[in-house]
Amino acid sequence: MARVVVDVMLKPEILDPQGQAVQRALPRLGFDGISDVRQGKRFELEVDGPVDEAALARIHDLAESFLANTVIEDFTVRVEEVAEAVK
Amino acid sequence: MSRTPLDTVEHAAATPDVELPWAELGLKKDEYERVVEILGRRPTGAELAMYSVMWSEHCSYKSSKVHLRQFGEKAPENDALLVGIGENAGVVDVGQGYAVTFKVESHNHPSYVEPYQGAATGVGGIVRDIIAMGARPVAVVDPLRFGAADHPDTKRVLPGVVAGIGGYGNCLGLPNIGGEVVFDSCYQGNPLVNAGCIGVMRHEDIHLAKASGAGNKVILYGARTGGDGIGGASILASETFDDAKPSKRPAVQVGDPFQEKLLIECTLEAFREKLVVGIQDLGAAGLSCATSELASNGSGGMRVTLDDVPLRDSTLSPEEILMSESQERMCAVVEPGKVDRFLEICEKWDVIATVIGEVTDGDRLEIYWHGGKIVDVDPRTVAHEGPVYERPYARPSWQDALQADDANKLPRPQTSEELRDQVLKLVGSPNQASKSWITSQYDHFVQGNTVLAQPEDSGMIRIDEETGLGVALATDGNGRYAKLDPYAGAQLALAEAYRNVATTGAKPLAVSDCLNFGSPEDPAVMWQFAEAVRGLADACQQLGTPVTGGNVSLYNQTGEAAIHPTPVVAVLGVIDDVARRTPVAFQEEGQLLYLLGDTHEEFGGSAWSQVIHDHLGGLPPKVDLERERLLAEILIAASRDGMIDSAHDLSDGGLIQAVVESALLGGKGARLIVPDGLDAFTFLFSESAGRAVVAVPRSEEVRFNDMCGARGLPATRIGVVDGDSVDVQGEFTLSLSKLRELHEGTIPALLA
Amino acid sequence: MTARIGVVTFPGSLDDRDTQRAIRLAGAEPVALWHKDKDLKQVDAVVLCGGFSYGDYLRAGAIARFSPVMEPLIEQAKAGLPVLGICNGFQILTEAHLLPGTMLRNNHLHFICRDQKLRVENAETAWTSDYTAGQEIHIPLKNIDGQYVADQRTLDTLESEGRVAFRYLDVNPNGSNNDIAGVANEAGNVVGLMPHPEHAVEPLVGTGRTDGLPFFTSILKKLVNA
Repeated sequence: MARVVVDVMLKPEILDPQGQAVQRALPRLGFDGISDVRQGKRFELEVDGPVDEAALARIHDLAESFLANTVIEDFTVRVEEVAEAVK
Repeated sequence: MSRTPLDTVEHAAATPDVELPWAELGLKKDEYERVVEILGRRPTGAELAMYSVMWSEHCSYKSSKVHLRQFGEKAPENDALLVGIGENAGVVDVGQGYAVTFKVESHNHPSYVEPYQGAATGVGGIVRDIIAMGARPVAVVDPLRFGAADHPDTKRVLPGVVAGIGGYGNCLGLPNIGGEVVFDSCYQGNPLVNAGCIGVMRHEDIHLAKASGAGNKVILYGARTGGDGIGGASILASETFDDAKPSKRPAVQVGDPFQEKLLIECTLEAFREKLVVGIQDLGAAGLSCATSELASNGSGGMRVTLDDVPLRDSTLSPEEILMSESQERMCAVVEPGKVDRFLEICEKWDVIATVIGEVTDGDRLEIYWHGGKIVDVDPRTVAHEGPVYERPYARPSWQDALQADDANKLPRPQTSEELRDQVLKLVGSPNQASKSWITSQYDHFVQGNTVLAQPEDSGMIRIDEETGLGVALATDGNGRYAKLDPYAGAQLALAEAYRNVATTGAKPLAVSDCLNFGSPEDPAVMWQFAEAVRGLADACQQLGTPVTGGNVSLYNQTGEAAIHPTPVVAVLGVIDDVARRTPVAFQEEGQLLYLLGDTHEEFGGSAWSQVIHDHLGGLPPKVDLERERLLAEILIAASRDGMIDSAHDLSDGGLIQAVVESALLGGKGARLIVPDGLDAFTFLFSESAGRAVVAVPRSEEVRFNDMCGARGLPATRIGVVDGDSVDVQGEFTLSLSKLRELHEGTIPALLA
Repeated sequence: MTARIGVVTFPGSLDDRDTQRAIRLAGAEPVALWHKDKDLKQVDAVVLCGGFSYGDYLRAGAIARFSPVMEPLIEQAKAGLPVLGICNGFQILTEAHLLPGTMLRNNHLHFICRDQKLRVENAETAWTSDYTAGQEIHIPLKNIDGQYVADQRTLDTLESEGRVAFRYLDVNPNGSNNDIAGVANEAGNVVGLMPHPEHAVEPLVGTGRTDGLPFFTSILKKLVNA
């Protein structure tokens, strides 16, 4: 079993009101020195069987057509090593 | 990094032969030549950006202007009109020192591309128009049109649009009180997302978009400026820069309702302290529009330093800054002595505010960048003296055949059973079904002044807690009628909205419109547009309700196929005491049902012809505006004097649709008797205009009948509020539970 | 003498004026508090009203919870100051840990605005004494993040201590655990609920019911009789 992680972020040129609100709150909480915050989504997909090129291509399609709204969002797909669950 | 010299006014004068991409920016050759003629030289890149965007169809109304003039020329005398066409929104006197401003705008195309954000930013835009008049927004409405209810793409577009309207409007604290949802395959690739807003102010608080008083400061406040909605300007940018290519520009704008809420509050606080000389929201064409309109409407000129504009994207070129349509921005003109206080209020609300220029003595709009003058124009030539087209128009060749295809000749139900089945089919059809799955995603209650909200005939808001003064707003538009006859269709839209306002007990006062049509380059579409405008202007004149402003949306078509001509008409009414309002729901068993008006065999464009026969042909119902006026007067008087306890206008779906809605909302059934001289089918399904069903308490029957008789309005007793079913004597009985299941189940089944 | 009840306005608060109106209609004196205030102007009680403070960005109530006004509020609430959190106010109170649990997005993922039937489960808090236990009332509900959740131990505690103040009836509109619409703290001075009592105080507007008024008369009586 393997895990594929899809990160979805608003495209850099798109306004991110959520990140902006968080960033503006930081100085008030005493966290200085952070000039920008952008908020995104992380999806963890547990894949049955091997994550070969075909599987990744399928996940790429899925991310493109479903997980991300590519009109305003970019996404990345990567494989994450998962330790075998302890029985 | 090397770059070509800044394209200043001086540089432009010295380099007359530089080719500019005017065609890519959407200007026609003769339009570009006019710009050169106006300036006496070639425009700078920044000037070209401004002219091209301000002279676009969207901003200049170049195709529609010659027709829209009729709204002014035929405007009826109306003392209530305080501000007419031409400002951000019209303003109407509603008495007791209050003024109301309202407007409907379209955000059609962006909502197709990205339904959530398109619809959300549509709400944002109309709300800024209303605050720019000096008013506190008090309610929004959303007339919507989608493709076929069962088309897969409708399931993408509709939920996104609805969530976007809710996500933005709910976050602003504006109750959503009205609008419509209509499905028709003609809107498949071109959904219509119109958004309306009502604002309230005291007479003395009316603000206008003008920059007066030399030395006064121009303050840009709200969101930072990003590369939103600048499409064409990037061409200019890429020509300005040799190597440093600007980063990608967003194809879609994201709305920030939180920022807009702060903008509303800080603007209203500045108004309260009388800090604002003139104000303009930044919508289409952004700073190009705001600066040129403020300057051309005022007495002086204006000087602006673009370097002072706060940016979200530091790679923006001056042309792009001028054209950016970033949301949630406003521009105010403030006396120098009041600037500090204005900035203080902005800071209180965490709103970024920057002085970007000042009003000057002259009559020029001058814009600077990096010390160079990149714009030097007469602002009127940008804002008001754009091109005007006399586009050819011609009655389409297919119009005769369409009208000859008479819906009255379609096969009608032959048995009671068939009639009953058709009623069930109609009540459960997507257009006639309850839209509560949609409207329950909007906040109706916020601000605590909502008297009526959808599915009532019109939304109603209390504006004075002490006196009970209120305003009502209804929007209507039937594209099927307008397709059959655009002149009559526009009048029917007005008549229905007018009637809907009166049904709730309010007096209709003024009109706003959102005219949604196909491509003006098609003479057939242009004919539809011309006819609709003529029809609406004539009807407004006759009913005494002036058009105070509105919006035109053209090019709603996919390939050769245009949408049905869809003039959406909003009517604003006033009611002296909202305690006298009349709801749709049946209130009490035993009350007598009266049908007001005349019923004819009129099925052209009807819901029945669409649902049962998938047919569109013939002529729409006949328009009788004098009858509409009389009906309205009776409804208002009956409401004021307590003669009726519920009322519902008759429109698409006819009488049976209205009775079923009143019954379901009140949880009380009705027994109906087919009146003499009518067959059951016509009685139930005809869509004759100028009609309403009212419930009269028995104690008021004589008085009510006398009033209708004396005024010459036909009033026919058709039954009584009773039981838990809708019963048509001698025909069929339908239980409320069965009707509710169909009426309320359809939309969730399709979309949830 | 009457009671002075503070209503806090955060950036993005929406129902502050409505809440002030409800307090006035009940006969008390509303006092406007600003999120940057460092003291509570000696009010006798505070309402955190509905809205989308800071746009509800990050999490509903998460940013507002760190406003300056929350410091004295948290301190005094712990000492017994009556505090009512409505909708966004409830979310802020859970973020501030004055009330247990938290709110997730509605289980159907949509904003929902409806006239909601509730049962008053606890009529002994500072804000519910004008109701009777078991009373059924209708109060408008309008939110997108309204699904009340807590771990099983917290739910058990709330149930056994009678701290579930209101429960949804007929329809659970958002998937809340145990149909919970509102909860109280141990002392009963802090109450939070998702529905909006301030929108049910006048027969002419909103849903046309006045089922929400007892919230405000309860606290008034308690303060005046104190």
